[in-house]
Amino acid sequence: MTGVSDTGDLAIHTTGLGKSFGKRRAVNNLDLAVPRGSVFGFLGPNGSGKTTTIRMLLGLATPSSGTMSVLSQPMPAAAGEVLPKVGALVEGPAFHLFLSGRANLTRLDSADSTTDRSTRTRRVDAALEKVGLGKSARVPVHAYSLGMKQRLGIANALLRERELLVLDEPTNGLDPQGTREVRHLISALAEEGTTVFVSSHLLSEIEQMCSHVAVMSAGNLVAQGTLEQLRAQGRRGVKVATPDTSVAMAVLSRLGLDPHIEPLPGGEDGIVGAVLGPETPEPERLVEGLVAAGVRVRGFTVQPASLEERFVALTGEGFDLVQ
Amino acid sequence: MSSRGLLANEVILLYRRRRTWAMLLALGAVPVLIAVAVRLTSGPPTGRGPAFLDRVAGNGLFVAITGLLVCIPLFLPLTVAVVAGDTIAGEAGSGTLRYLLTAPVSRPRLLLVKFTVAVLFCLSATVMVAVCGLGIGSLLFPVGPVTLLSGTTISAPAALLRVGLIALYVAVSLIGLTAVGLFISTLTDVPVGAMAAIAVLAVAAQILGQLPQLDWLHPWLFTHHWLGFADLLRDPIRWTEFGQNALLQGGYLLVFGALAYGRFASKDVLS
Repeated sequence: MTGVSDTGDLAIHTTGLGKSFGKRRAVNNLDLAVPRGSVFGFLGPNGSGKTTTIRMLLGLATPSSGTMSVLSQPMPAAAGEVLPKVGALVEGPAFHLFLSGRANLTRLDSADSTTDRSTRTRRVDAALEKVGLGKSARVPVHAYSLGMKQRLGIANALLRERELLVLDEPTNGLDPQGTREVRHLISALAEEGTTVFVSSHLLSEIEQMCSHVAVMSAGNLVAQGTLEQLRAQGRRGVKVATPDTSVAMAVLSRLGLDPHIEPLPGGEDGIVGAVLGPETPEPERLVEGLVAAGVRVRGFTVQPASLEERFVALTGEGFDLVQ
Repeated sequence: MSSRGLLANEVILLYRRRRTWAMLLALGAVPVLIAVAVRLTSGPPTGRGPAFLDRVAGNGLFVAITGLLVCIPLFLPLTVAVVAGDTIAGEAGSGTLRYLLTAPVSRPRLLLVKFTVAVLFCLSATVMVAVCGLGIGSLLFPVGPVTLLSGTTISAPAALLRVGLIALYVAVSLIGLTAVGLFISTLTDVPVGAMAAIAVLAVAAQILGQLPQLDWLHPWLFTHHWLGFADLLRDPIRWTEFGQNALLQGGYLLVFGALAYGRFASKDVLS
Protein backbone atom coordinates (compact mmCIF):
# COMPACT_ATOMS: atom_id res chain seq x y z
CA MET A 1 0.00 0.00 0.00
CA THR A 2 2.92 2.28 0.74
CA GLY A 3 4.50 1.46 -2.57
CA VAL A 4 7.58 0.18 -0.80
CA SER A 5 8.54 -3.29 -1.84
CA ASP A 6 12.10 -3.58 -0.60
CA THR A 7 12.05 -4.30 3.12
CA GLY A 8 15.43 -2.59 3.41
CA ASP A 9 13.59 0.72 3.11
CA LEU A 10 11.42 -0.04 6.08
CA ALA A 11 12.19 1.15 9.60
CA ILE A 12 9.55 -1.15 11.04
CA HIS A 13 8.17 -4.20 9.30
CA THR A 14 5.85 -6.74 10.86
CA THR A 15 4.13 -9.71 9.31
CA GLY A 16 1.22 -11.46 10.94
CA LEU A 17 2.10 -9.96 14.31
CA GLY A 18 -0.30 -11.03 17.05
CA LYS A 19 -0.56 -10.95 20.81
CA SER A 20 -3.03 -12.68 23.09
CA PHE A 21 -3.52 -12.23 26.79
CA GLY A 22 -5.28 -15.40 27.82
CA LYS A 23 -8.30 -15.61 25.58
CA ARG A 24 -8.30 -11.94 24.71
CA ARG A 25 -6.68 -11.10 21.41
CA ALA A 26 -5.04 -7.68 21.89
CA VAL A 27 -3.33 -7.50 18.51
CA ASN A 28 -4.34 -9.55 15.54
CA ASN A 29 -2.39 -10.41 12.40
CA LEU A 30 -0.69 -7.06 12.05
CA ASP A 31 1.25 -6.24 8.86
CA LEU A 32 2.91 -2.88 9.49
CA ALA A 33 5.25 -1.26 6.99
CA VAL A 34 6.85 1.95 8.23
CA PRO A 35 9.09 3.52 5.55
CA ARG A 36 12.39 5.00 6.67
CA GLY A 37 12.29 8.77 6.93
CA SER A 38 8.54 8.92 7.37
CA VAL A 39 6.59 10.45 10.20
CA PHE A 40 4.25 7.56 10.73
CA GLY A 41 1.03 8.09 12.63
CA PHE A 42 -0.30 5.08 14.48
CA LEU A 43 -3.91 5.92 15.06
CA GLY A 44 -6.65 4.18 16.96
CA PRO A 45 -9.08 4.61 19.82
CA ASN A 46 -8.08 3.74 23.37
CA GLY A 47 -7.68 0.01 23.80
CA SER A 48 -7.20 -0.76 20.12
CA GLY A 49 -3.81 -2.41 20.63
CA LYS A 50 -1.43 0.47 19.84
CA THR A 51 0.60 0.29 23.03
CA THR A 52 0.72 -3.51 22.97
CA THR A 53 2.14 -3.31 19.45
CA ILE A 54 4.73 -0.77 20.58
CA ARG A 55 5.70 -2.98 23.53
CA MET A 56 6.30 -5.85 21.15
CA LEU A 57 8.32 -3.70 18.76
CA LEU A 58 10.59 -2.67 21.65
CA GLY A 59 11.05 -6.19 22.95
CA LEU A 60 9.09 -5.60 26.16
CA ALA A 61 6.44 -8.15 25.29
CA THR A 62 6.83 -11.35 23.28
CA PRO A 63 4.53 -11.73 20.27
CA SER A 64 2.17 -14.70 20.32
CA SER A 65 2.53 -15.01 16.57
CA GLY A 66 4.20 -13.39 13.57
CA THR A 67 7.58 -11.80 12.97
CA MET A 68 8.88 -8.26 13.16
CA SER A 69 11.98 -6.38 12.17
CA VAL A 70 13.05 -2.97 13.39
CA LEU A 71 15.71 -1.04 11.45
CA SER A 72 16.07 -4.11 9.23
CA GLN A 73 17.03 -6.40 12.10
CA PRO A 74 14.86 -9.08 13.66
CA MET A 75 13.25 -8.24 16.98
CA PRO A 76 13.46 -9.21 19.76
CA ALA A 77 16.52 -11.27 18.76
CA ALA A 78 18.65 -8.24 17.90
CA ALA A 79 17.35 -6.02 20.71
CA GLY A 80 20.85 -5.28 22.00
CA GLU A 81 21.90 -3.83 18.66
CA VAL A 82 18.62 -2.25 17.63
CA LEU A 83 17.42 -0.51 20.80
CA PRO A 84 20.40 1.88 21.18
CA LYS A 85 19.33 3.34 17.82
CA VAL A 86 15.72 3.67 18.97
CA GLY A 87 14.42 6.39 21.26
CA ALA A 88 11.21 5.45 22.99
CA LEU A 89 8.38 6.93 24.98
CA VAL A 90 6.03 4.12 26.01
CA GLU A 91 2.72 4.62 27.73
CA GLY A 92 3.65 7.84 29.44
CA PRO A 93 6.80 8.87 31.26
CA ALA A 94 8.06 7.01 34.34
CA PHE A 95 10.87 8.17 36.56
CA HIS A 96 12.21 7.84 40.06
CA LEU A 97 10.46 10.69 41.80
CA PHE A 98 13.13 11.44 44.39
CA LEU A 99 15.81 11.90 41.73
CA SER A 100 16.15 15.07 39.69
CA GLY A 101 15.27 15.06 36.00
CA ARG A 102 18.96 15.20 35.23
CA ALA A 103 19.85 12.30 37.55
CA ASN A 104 17.08 10.19 36.00
CA LEU A 105 18.39 10.78 32.49
CA THR A 106 21.97 10.11 33.59
CA ARG A 107 20.83 6.84 35.10
CA LEU A 108 19.09 5.72 31.91
CA ASP A 109 22.00 6.81 29.75
CA SER A 110 24.51 4.87 31.81
CA ALA A 111 22.19 1.87 31.75
CA ASP A 112 22.78 1.71 28.00
CA SER A 113 26.16 0.01 27.77
CA THR A 114 26.83 1.42 24.31
CA THR A 115 26.75 5.11 25.24
CA ASP A 116 29.86 7.23 25.45
CA ARG A 117 30.54 8.16 29.04
CA SER A 118 32.69 11.16 28.20
CA THR A 119 29.86 12.94 26.38
CA ARG A 120 27.13 11.94 28.86
CA THR A 121 26.84 15.22 30.75
CA ARG A 122 26.75 17.20 27.53
CA ARG A 123 24.16 14.93 25.91
CA VAL A 124 21.91 14.89 28.98
CA ASP A 125 21.99 18.68 29.20
CA ALA A 126 21.36 19.04 25.48
CA ALA A 127 18.33 16.71 25.66
CA LEU A 128 16.92 18.65 28.62
CA GLU A 129 17.51 21.92 26.79
CA LYS A 130 15.75 20.58 23.68
CA VAL A 131 12.50 19.95 25.56
CA GLY A 132 12.73 23.17 27.57
CA LEU A 133 13.61 21.63 30.91
CA GLY A 134 17.04 23.26 31.23
CA LYS A 135 15.94 25.33 34.21
CA SER A 136 14.27 22.45 36.07
CA ALA A 137 17.04 19.93 35.47
CA ARG A 138 18.09 19.76 39.12
CA VAL A 139 14.61 19.69 40.62
CA PRO A 140 13.35 16.30 41.89
CA VAL A 141 10.83 14.81 39.50
CA HIS A 142 8.10 14.68 42.17
CA ALA A 143 7.92 18.45 41.85
CA TYR A 144 7.35 18.22 38.08
CA SER A 145 3.94 18.80 36.53
CA LEU A 146 2.46 16.14 34.26
CA GLY A 147 3.57 18.11 31.22
CA MET A 148 7.12 18.44 32.54
CA LYS A 149 7.31 14.69 33.13
CA GLN A 150 6.11 14.16 29.59
CA ARG A 151 8.85 16.47 28.33
CA LEU A 152 11.40 14.57 30.39
CA GLY A 153 10.17 11.35 28.82
CA ILE A 154 10.74 12.86 25.38
CA ALA A 155 14.18 14.07 26.47
CA ASN A 156 15.03 10.47 27.37
CA ALA A 157 14.19 9.43 23.83
CA LEU A 158 16.56 12.13 22.54
CA LEU A 159 19.58 11.26 24.71
CA ARG A 160 21.60 10.28 21.68
CA GLU A 161 21.24 10.31 17.92
CA ARG A 162 18.46 7.93 17.02
CA GLU A 163 17.48 6.40 13.71
CA LEU A 164 13.98 5.73 14.94
CA LEU A 165 11.81 7.40 17.53
CA VAL A 166 8.83 5.50 18.91
CA LEU A 167 6.59 7.96 20.70
CA ASP A 168 3.44 6.65 22.36
CA GLU A 169 0.97 9.52 22.81
CA PRO A 170 3.74 12.13 23.07
CA THR A 171 1.45 15.10 23.66
CA ASN A 172 -0.52 13.58 26.52
CA GLY A 173 -0.79 16.04 29.38
CA LEU A 174 0.80 18.88 27.47
CA ASP A 175 -0.80 22.30 27.17
CA PRO A 176 -1.51 23.65 23.67
CA GLN A 177 1.87 25.38 23.57
CA GLY A 178 3.66 22.22 24.63
CA THR A 179 1.75 20.28 22.00
CA ARG A 180 2.92 22.69 19.35
CA GLU A 181 6.51 22.46 20.58
CA VAL A 182 6.41 18.68 20.36
CA ARG A 183 5.04 18.93 16.83
CA HIS A 184 7.86 21.27 15.84
CA LEU A 185 10.39 18.99 17.50
CA ILE A 186 9.09 16.00 15.59
CA SER A 187 9.17 17.79 12.23
CA ALA A 188 12.69 19.06 12.96
CA LEU A 189 13.86 15.54 13.78
CA ALA A 190 12.15 14.16 10.70
CA GLU A 191 13.94 16.72 8.55
CA GLU A 192 17.23 15.42 9.89
CA GLY A 193 16.23 12.00 8.61
CA THR A 194 14.97 10.36 11.79
CA THR A 195 12.00 8.07 11.30
CA VAL A 196 9.27 8.93 13.77
CA PHE A 197 6.61 6.41 14.72
CA VAL A 198 4.02 8.27 16.73
CA SER A 199 0.86 6.82 18.21
CA SER A 200 -2.17 8.84 19.08
CA HIS A 201 -5.88 8.61 19.54
CA LEU A 202 -6.20 12.19 18.33
CA LEU A 203 -6.75 12.43 14.62
CA SER A 204 -6.03 16.16 14.42
CA GLU A 205 -2.58 15.58 15.86
CA ILE A 206 -1.70 12.88 13.35
CA GLU A 207 -3.13 14.94 10.52
CA GLN A 208 -0.88 17.86 11.38
CA MET A 209 2.44 16.10 11.57
CA CYS A 210 2.41 12.77 9.79
CA SER A 211 3.23 11.74 6.26
CA HIS A 212 1.93 8.20 6.71
CA VAL A 213 -0.75 6.71 8.86
CA ALA A 214 -2.01 3.35 10.01
CA VAL A 215 -5.35 2.91 11.75
CA MET A 216 -6.01 0.30 14.41
CA SER A 217 -9.38 -0.89 15.59
CA ALA A 218 -9.96 -3.65 18.13
CA GLY A 219 -6.52 -5.11 17.58
CA ASN A 220 -6.73 -5.10 13.80
CA LEU A 221 -4.98 -2.90 11.30
CA VAL A 222 -7.87 -1.45 9.28
CA ALA A 223 -5.98 0.96 7.04
CA GLN A 224 -2.41 1.91 6.19
CA GLY A 225 -0.86 4.30 3.71
CA THR A 226 0.07 7.90 3.11
CA LEU A 227 -2.20 10.56 4.49
CA GLU A 228 -3.44 11.35 0.98
CA GLN A 229 -4.24 7.73 0.21
CA LEU A 230 -6.30 7.46 3.33
CA ARG A 231 -8.05 10.74 2.75
CA ALA A 232 -8.91 9.71 -0.82
CA GLN A 233 -10.68 6.64 0.55
CA GLY A 234 -12.94 8.89 2.57
CA ARG A 235 -16.47 9.68 1.50
CA ARG A 236 -18.32 12.93 1.23
CA GLY A 237 -21.21 13.73 3.49
CA VAL A 238 -24.23 16.01 3.50
CA LYS A 239 -25.83 17.98 6.26
CA VAL A 240 -29.40 19.26 6.16
CA ALA A 241 -30.56 21.96 8.53
CA THR A 242 -34.33 21.73 9.02
CA PRO A 243 -37.04 21.79 11.68
CA ASP A 244 -38.64 18.72 10.05
CA THR A 245 -35.98 16.27 11.06
CA SER A 246 -38.13 13.15 11.09
CA VAL A 247 -39.48 13.74 7.59
CA ALA A 248 -35.97 14.48 6.35
CA MET A 249 -34.75 11.24 7.90
CA ALA A 250 -37.49 9.31 6.12
CA VAL A 251 -36.74 10.94 2.77
CA LEU A 252 -33.00 10.33 2.97
CA SER A 253 -33.56 6.74 4.01
CA ARG A 254 -35.86 6.24 1.07
CA LEU A 255 -33.16 7.61 -1.23
CA GLY A 256 -30.78 4.92 -0.01
CA LEU A 257 -28.76 6.83 2.60
CA ASP A 258 -28.17 6.04 6.23
CA PRO A 259 -29.05 9.34 7.89
CA HIS A 260 -28.59 10.31 11.52
CA ILE A 261 -29.70 13.28 13.60
CA GLU A 262 -26.84 15.33 14.92
CA PRO A 263 -27.25 16.72 18.39
CA LEU A 264 -27.51 20.48 18.35
CA PRO A 265 -27.63 22.79 21.35
CA GLY A 266 -30.54 25.28 21.31
CA GLY A 267 -32.64 26.45 18.34
CA GLU A 268 -35.55 24.63 16.82
CA ASP A 269 -33.72 23.48 13.70
CA GLY A 270 -32.17 20.07 13.75
CA ILE A 271 -29.32 18.81 11.64
CA VAL A 272 -29.63 15.59 9.72
CA GLY A 273 -26.39 14.20 8.40
CA ALA A 274 -25.58 11.35 6.04
CA VAL A 275 -22.57 9.91 4.32
CA LEU A 276 -22.54 9.76 0.55
CA GLY A 277 -21.54 6.52 -1.08
CA PRO A 278 -20.85 5.52 -4.69
CA GLU A 279 -24.43 4.24 -5.04
CA THR A 280 -26.26 7.19 -3.51
CA PRO A 281 -27.88 9.97 -5.57
CA GLU A 282 -26.03 13.22 -6.18
CA PRO A 283 -26.59 15.98 -3.60
CA GLU A 284 -28.88 18.04 -5.85
CA ARG A 285 -31.21 15.05 -6.18
CA LEU A 286 -31.31 14.83 -2.40
CA VAL A 287 -32.38 18.48 -2.09
CA GLU A 288 -34.99 17.92 -4.74
CA GLY A 289 -36.39 14.95 -2.88
CA LEU A 290 -36.40 16.77 0.44
CA VAL A 291 -38.20 19.81 -0.94
CA ALA A 292 -40.69 17.65 -2.81
CA ALA A 293 -41.57 15.92 0.44
CA GLY A 294 -42.24 19.28 2.07
CA VAL A 295 -39.18 19.41 4.25
CA ARG A 296 -38.32 23.01 5.11
CA VAL A 297 -34.68 22.98 4.05
CA ARG A 298 -32.98 25.90 5.79
CA GLY A 299 -29.45 24.83 5.05
CA PHE A 300 -27.73 22.22 2.98
CA THR A 301 -24.02 21.56 2.94
CA VAL A 302 -21.88 19.02 1.17
CA GLN A 303 -18.80 18.14 3.16
CA PRO A 304 -15.69 16.99 1.36
CA ALA A 305 -14.13 13.66 2.22
CA SER A 306 -12.33 14.15 5.52
CA LEU A 307 -9.88 12.05 7.41
CA GLU A 308 -12.09 12.33 10.44
CA GLU A 309 -15.02 10.79 8.63
CA ARG A 310 -12.72 8.04 7.40
CA PHE A 311 -11.35 7.47 10.88
CA VAL A 312 -14.80 7.24 12.41
CA ALA A 313 -15.92 4.94 9.61
CA LEU A 314 -12.96 2.68 10.32
CA THR A 315 -13.02 2.64 14.08
CA GLY A 316 -16.61 3.30 15.08
CA GLU A 317 -18.05 6.25 16.90
CA GLY A 318 -18.64 7.25 20.47
CA PHE A 319 -17.51 5.74 23.71
CA ASP A 320 -18.38 2.17 22.94
CA LEU A 321 -14.98 0.60 22.64
CA VAL A 322 -14.94 -2.20 20.12
CA GLN A 323 -14.03 -5.33 21.99
CA MET B 1 33.30 -1.06 32.17
CA SER B 2 29.82 -0.34 30.95
CA SER B 3 28.30 -2.84 33.35
CA ARG B 4 30.04 -0.96 36.11
CA GLY B 5 28.23 2.18 34.95
CA LEU B 6 24.88 0.58 35.66
CA LEU B 7 26.07 -0.99 38.91
CA ALA B 8 27.47 2.31 40.16
CA ASN B 9 24.18 3.99 39.32
CA GLU B 10 22.11 1.39 41.13
CA VAL B 11 24.35 1.65 44.20
CA ILE B 12 23.91 5.42 44.17
CA LEU B 13 20.15 4.94 43.77
CA LEU B 14 20.07 2.65 46.82
CA TYR B 15 21.97 5.02 49.06
CA ARG B 16 20.15 8.12 47.87
CA ARG B 17 16.86 6.70 49.03
CA ARG B 18 15.72 8.02 52.37
CA ARG B 19 14.12 4.63 52.99
CA THR B 20 17.51 2.89 52.89
CA TRP B 21 18.92 5.21 55.52
CA ALA B 22 15.82 4.99 57.67
CA MET B 23 16.24 1.21 57.75
CA LEU B 24 19.98 1.37 58.39
CA LEU B 25 19.51 3.88 61.21
CA ALA B 26 16.76 1.75 62.77
CA LEU B 27 19.11 -1.23 62.68
CA GLY B 28 21.90 0.87 64.20
CA ALA B 29 19.56 1.89 67.01
CA VAL B 30 19.15 -1.72 68.19
CA PRO B 31 22.63 -2.12 69.77
CA VAL B 32 22.37 1.41 71.12
CA LEU B 33 19.11 0.52 72.88
CA ILE B 34 20.66 -2.65 74.28
CA ALA B 35 23.73 -0.83 75.55
CA VAL B 36 21.75 1.99 77.15
CA ALA B 37 19.37 -0.47 78.79
CA VAL B 38 22.23 -2.46 80.26
CA ARG B 39 24.03 0.69 81.39
CA LEU B 40 20.93 2.08 83.13
CA THR B 41 20.22 -1.12 85.03
CA SER B 42 22.76 -2.57 87.38
CA GLY B 43 23.42 -5.46 85.04
CA PRO B 44 21.11 -8.28 84.15
CA PRO B 45 20.95 -11.48 86.11
CA THR B 46 22.99 -13.97 84.15
CA GLY B 47 21.11 -16.57 82.18
CA ARG B 48 18.21 -14.37 81.15
CA GLY B 49 17.79 -12.41 77.92
CA PRO B 50 19.64 -13.05 74.65
CA ALA B 51 22.95 -14.88 74.70
CA PHE B 52 25.99 -12.72 75.43
CA LEU B 53 23.81 -10.05 77.08
CA ASP B 54 25.30 -10.84 80.47
CA ARG B 55 28.76 -10.10 79.13
CA VAL B 56 27.96 -6.67 77.75
CA ALA B 57 28.60 -4.80 81.00
CA GLY B 58 31.99 -6.44 81.30
CA ASN B 59 33.14 -5.77 77.75
CA GLY B 60 31.74 -3.25 75.28
CA LEU B 61 32.66 -5.45 72.31
CA PHE B 62 29.80 -7.76 73.20
CA VAL B 63 27.26 -5.03 72.42
CA ALA B 64 27.95 -5.53 68.71
CA ILE B 65 27.58 -9.32 68.96
CA THR B 66 24.40 -9.09 71.04
CA GLY B 67 23.02 -6.50 68.64
CA LEU B 68 23.56 -8.79 65.64
CA LEU B 69 22.02 -11.71 67.49
CA VAL B 70 18.91 -9.70 68.35
CA CYS B 71 18.53 -8.37 64.77
CA ILE B 72 18.84 -11.71 62.98
CA PRO B 73 15.37 -13.21 63.50
CA LEU B 74 13.26 -10.23 62.47
CA PHE B 75 14.84 -6.82 61.92
CA LEU B 76 17.46 -7.84 59.37
CA PRO B 77 15.10 -10.08 57.35
CA LEU B 78 12.52 -7.26 57.31
CA THR B 79 14.94 -4.75 55.83
CA VAL B 80 16.28 -7.33 53.37
CA ALA B 81 12.67 -8.09 52.36
CA VAL B 82 12.13 -4.42 51.57
CA VAL B 83 15.27 -4.13 49.43
CA ALA B 84 14.99 -7.52 47.70
CA GLY B 85 11.25 -7.12 47.11
CA ASP B 86 11.86 -3.76 45.49
CA THR B 87 14.52 -4.96 43.02
CA ILE B 88 12.34 -5.77 40.01
CA ALA B 89 8.80 -5.18 41.30
CA GLY B 90 9.73 -1.65 42.38
CA GLU B 91 10.97 -0.73 38.90
CA ALA B 92 7.94 -2.43 37.36
CA GLY B 93 5.54 -0.68 39.72
CA SER B 94 6.91 2.78 38.98
CA GLY B 95 7.10 2.02 35.24
CA THR B 96 10.84 2.67 35.11
CA LEU B 97 11.47 -0.97 34.20
CA ARG B 98 10.29 -0.43 30.62
CA TYR B 99 12.69 2.47 30.19
CA LEU B 100 15.62 0.52 31.64
CA LEU B 101 14.90 -2.39 29.30
CA THR B 102 14.59 -0.15 26.25
CA ALA B 103 17.70 1.87 27.19
CA PRO B 104 18.62 -1.02 26.62
CA VAL B 105 19.75 -3.14 29.54
CA SER B 106 19.69 -6.88 28.92
CA ARG B 107 17.45 -8.68 31.37
CA PRO B 108 20.12 -11.02 32.82
CA ARG B 109 22.40 -8.05 33.39
CA LEU B 110 19.67 -6.11 35.17
CA LEU B 111 18.94 -9.10 37.42
CA LEU B 112 22.61 -9.52 38.21
CA VAL B 113 23.10 -5.85 39.04
CA LYS B 114 19.93 -5.70 41.14
CA PHE B 115 20.97 -8.81 43.07
CA THR B 116 24.47 -7.47 43.64
CA VAL B 117 23.05 -4.24 45.04
CA ALA B 118 20.69 -6.16 47.34
CA VAL B 119 23.60 -8.24 48.68
CA LEU B 120 25.53 -5.03 49.20
CA PHE B 121 22.65 -3.84 51.32
CA CYS B 122 22.80 -7.04 53.43
CA LEU B 123 26.45 -6.30 54.11
CA SER B 124 25.74 -2.62 54.87
CA ALA B 125 23.01 -3.63 57.28
CA THR B 126 25.12 -6.06 59.31
CA VAL B 127 28.12 -3.72 59.27
CA MET B 128 25.82 -0.94 60.48
CA VAL B 129 24.70 -3.02 63.47
CA ALA B 130 28.26 -4.07 64.24
CA VAL B 131 29.75 -0.59 63.93
CA CYS B 132 27.02 1.06 66.00
CA GLY B 133 27.40 -1.71 68.59
CA LEU B 134 31.15 -1.24 68.77
CA GLY B 135 30.76 2.53 68.98
CA ILE B 136 28.21 2.62 71.77
CA GLY B 137 29.90 -0.32 73.50
CA SER B 138 33.24 1.42 73.71
CA LEU B 139 31.51 4.59 74.85
CA LEU B 140 29.52 3.11 77.74
CA PHE B 141 31.59 0.12 78.81
CA PRO B 142 35.21 -0.89 79.25
CA VAL B 143 36.81 -2.55 76.23
CA GLY B 144 39.48 -5.15 76.71
CA PRO B 145 40.64 -8.67 76.01
CA VAL B 146 37.84 -11.12 75.35
CA THR B 147 37.48 -14.57 76.85
CA LEU B 148 36.25 -16.88 74.11
CA LEU B 149 33.75 -19.71 74.46
CA SER B 150 36.63 -22.18 74.45
CA GLY B 151 38.16 -20.47 77.46
CA THR B 152 41.17 -18.80 75.84
CA THR B 153 41.53 -15.06 75.94
CA ILE B 154 42.33 -12.92 72.88
CA SER B 155 43.29 -9.25 72.65
CA ALA B 156 40.75 -6.54 71.87
CA PRO B 157 42.00 -5.98 68.25
CA ALA B 158 41.79 -9.74 67.61
CA ALA B 159 38.28 -9.71 69.06
CA LEU B 160 37.41 -6.85 66.73
CA LEU B 161 38.29 -9.13 63.84
CA ARG B 162 35.95 -11.78 65.25
CA VAL B 163 33.12 -9.23 65.35
CA GLY B 164 33.86 -8.45 61.69
CA LEU B 165 33.72 -12.14 60.87
CA ILE B 166 30.37 -12.49 62.62
CA ALA B 167 28.99 -9.53 60.65
CA LEU B 168 30.18 -11.22 57.47
CA TYR B 169 28.65 -14.53 58.58
CA VAL B 170 25.29 -12.83 59.11
CA ALA B 171 25.50 -11.03 55.77
CA VAL B 172 26.24 -14.33 54.00
CA SER B 173 23.31 -15.89 55.89
CA LEU B 174 21.00 -13.37 54.22
CA ILE B 175 22.04 -14.24 50.64
CA GLY B 176 19.53 -17.10 50.41
CA LEU B 177 16.68 -14.84 51.49
CA THR B 178 17.86 -12.18 49.03
CA ALA B 179 17.82 -14.69 46.15
CA VAL B 180 14.33 -15.88 47.12
CA GLY B 181 13.32 -12.22 47.31
CA LEU B 182 14.70 -11.48 43.85
CA PHE B 183 12.63 -14.31 42.44
CA ILE B 184 9.46 -13.17 44.22
CA SER B 185 10.12 -9.65 42.97
CA THR B 186 10.00 -10.87 39.36
CA LEU B 187 6.54 -12.34 39.96
CA THR B 188 4.67 -9.11 40.59
CA ASP B 189 4.44 -5.43 39.70
CA VAL B 190 3.45 -4.54 43.26
CA PRO B 191 6.59 -4.07 45.36
CA VAL B 192 4.75 -4.02 48.69
CA GLY B 193 3.30 -7.43 47.94
CA ALA B 194 6.73 -8.86 47.19
CA MET B 195 8.16 -7.32 50.37
CA ALA B 196 5.41 -8.76 52.54
CA ALA B 197 5.75 -12.20 50.96
CA ILE B 198 9.50 -12.27 51.58
CA ALA B 199 9.14 -11.15 55.20
CA VAL B 200 6.47 -13.80 55.79
CA LEU B 201 8.73 -16.46 54.27
CA ALA B 202 11.60 -15.49 56.57
CA VAL B 203 9.39 -15.80 59.65
CA ALA B 204 7.70 -18.98 58.41
CA ALA B 205 11.06 -20.65 57.78
CA GLN B 206 12.10 -19.89 61.34
CA ILE B 207 8.86 -21.30 62.74
CA LEU B 208 9.31 -24.48 60.69
CA GLY B 209 12.82 -24.63 62.08
CA GLN B 210 11.35 -24.77 65.59
CA LEU B 211 9.14 -27.78 64.96
CA PRO B 212 10.89 -31.02 65.96
CA GLN B 213 8.48 -33.01 63.78
CA LEU B 214 10.11 -31.46 60.73
CA ASP B 215 13.67 -32.44 61.65
CA TRP B 216 14.35 -33.75 58.15
CA LEU B 217 13.51 -30.37 56.68
CA HIS B 218 15.63 -28.23 58.98
CA PRO B 219 19.01 -28.54 57.19
CA TRP B 220 17.34 -27.29 54.01
CA LEU B 221 15.85 -24.11 55.49
CA PHE B 222 17.75 -20.96 54.59
CA THR B 223 17.32 -19.88 58.18
CA HIS B 224 18.95 -23.05 59.55
CA HIS B 225 22.38 -21.54 60.27
CA TRP B 226 21.24 -18.01 61.04
CA LEU B 227 22.15 -18.16 64.72
CA GLY B 228 25.11 -20.50 64.28
CA PHE B 229 27.98 -18.07 64.50
CA ALA B 230 29.11 -19.13 67.99
CA ASP B 231 31.87 -21.27 66.46
CA LEU B 232 33.53 -18.06 65.31
CA LEU B 233 34.06 -17.25 69.00
CA ARG B 234 36.21 -20.33 69.66
CA ASP B 235 39.94 -20.75 69.49
CA PRO B 236 40.87 -21.95 66.98
CA ILE B 237 37.88 -20.89 64.88
CA ARG B 238 35.74 -23.80 63.72
CA TRP B 239 34.76 -23.08 60.15
CA THR B 240 32.42 -26.05 59.66
CA GLU B 241 29.20 -24.15 60.22
CA PHE B 242 30.46 -21.15 58.25
CA GLY B 243 31.16 -23.47 55.32
CA GLN B 244 27.84 -25.32 55.59
CA ASN B 245 26.01 -22.01 55.76
CA ALA B 246 27.85 -20.62 52.74
CA LEU B 247 27.09 -23.81 50.80
CA LEU B 248 23.40 -23.68 51.72
CA GLN B 249 23.10 -19.99 50.82
CA GLY B 250 24.96 -20.64 47.56
CA GLY B 251 22.49 -23.41 46.77
CA TYR B 252 19.57 -21.03 47.35
CA LEU B 253 21.30 -18.47 45.17
CA LEU B 254 21.69 -20.95 42.31
CA VAL B 255 18.16 -22.32 42.48
CA PHE B 256 16.31 -19.04 42.99
CA GLY B 257 18.68 -17.12 40.74
CA ALA B 258 17.83 -19.58 37.97
CA LEU B 259 14.11 -19.32 38.76
CA ALA B 260 14.29 -15.52 38.73
CA TYR B 261 16.11 -15.62 35.39
CA GLY B 262 13.63 -18.12 33.95
CA ARG B 263 10.74 -15.97 35.00
CA PHE B 264 12.17 -12.56 34.12
CA ALA B 265 13.79 -13.45 30.79
CA SER B 266 10.45 -14.33 29.24
CA LYS B 267 8.22 -11.97 31.19
CA ASP B 268 5.99 -9.53 29.32
CA VAL B 269 6.72 -6.12 30.77
CA LEU B 270 3.29 -4.53 30.70
CA SER B 271 3.57 -2.07 33.56
